[in-house]
Amino acid sequence: MAFDSFAAFIAMGGHAPYVWSSWVITLLLILGLVWHARFERRQLVESLKRRARRERARQQQGEQATVYPVDQGESS
Amino acid sequence: MWSFIHKLGSPKWFYRISAKLQPWFWVAAAGLIVVGTVWGLLFAPADYQQGNSFRIIYVHVPAAFLAQSIFVSMAVAGLVFMVWKIKVADMAAAVMAPLGAAMTFVSLFSGAVWGVPTWGTWWMWDARLTSMLILLFLYLGVIALRGAFTSRDSASRAASVLAMVGVINIPIIKYSVDWWYTLHQPATFTITSRPAMPMDMWLPLLMMVLGFYSFFIALTLMRTRNEILRRESNKRWVRELVEEAK
Repeated sequence: MAFDSFAAFIAMGGHAPYVWSSWVITLLLILGLVWHARFERRQLVESLKRRARRERARQQQGEQATVYPVDQGESS
Repeated sequence: MWSFIHKLGSPKWFYRISAKLQPWFWVAAAGLIVVGTVWGLLFAPADYQQGNSFRIIYVHVPAAFLAQSIFVSMAVAGLVFMVWKIKVADMAAAVMAPLGAAMTFVSLFSGAVWGVPTWGTWWMWDARLTSMLILLFLYLGVIALRGAFTSRDSASRAASVLAMVGVINIPIIKYSVDWWYTLHQPATFTITSRPAMPMDMWLPLLMMVLGFYSFFIALTLMRTRNEILRRESNKRWVRELVEEAK
């Protein structure tokens, strides 16, 4: 361990503002990029699923629309 | 060999193989960066001249490496796209640009902050610093150019050409410290020669560099997959994939 105490670690021998600002900016950017990529993926998958659901619904409706008159004709 | 390249160029195949590769690079990136951070911040000995401000090296050097490597990768991907019309290469190039810009910013920022206690100034028009600033503008130019076209194909070709022309800046950055020896010191971290610092300082730096490279590969794989889903959303295999994932 290069430091005697936690306070000494935070103080960085008087260089705290330089060391910590560099590290914090870097790590925040990395985490932000990871978060963004995950968010992007979630959104894409969601919208693809939504589209698939919509298409399935429309297909079912279409089938009913063509089948329905025939059913009606038979029942009446 | 050729069939491998053609397969790699197929978005469907790339999507499948990258799913298998991705976790390994995430694990490597997280492991190396966490260990490198703890080692570099807590256990590496303070520099006898710079004291603890030298700990900035552990983010500054890996970020500067990535900034340059990503630009070269982007230019190569652009060339592959232009010559062989491989779409996946263009998608990879597209997602690399913001990461490269971020890494260039990190290296400039940490360098400026480091310069205050070390050189007594946060900025000078030194050759290394200036060529890195040009690199940042090149990245921003590539990103802006891609957004400036309504046709995707024109955008891809324009961005590829700018990346291929801009890559001339990379050797300038690399050799700037030898050609114009002004403020920035020459390379302190090389794989080929014996390290100029104690092992306790050098090993965490090596881990951070490898960790950053793993992060670059992992993020590029992940975002290229996103880009494939976006651009190929009407292809049958994507539709089948969505049906299966339902």
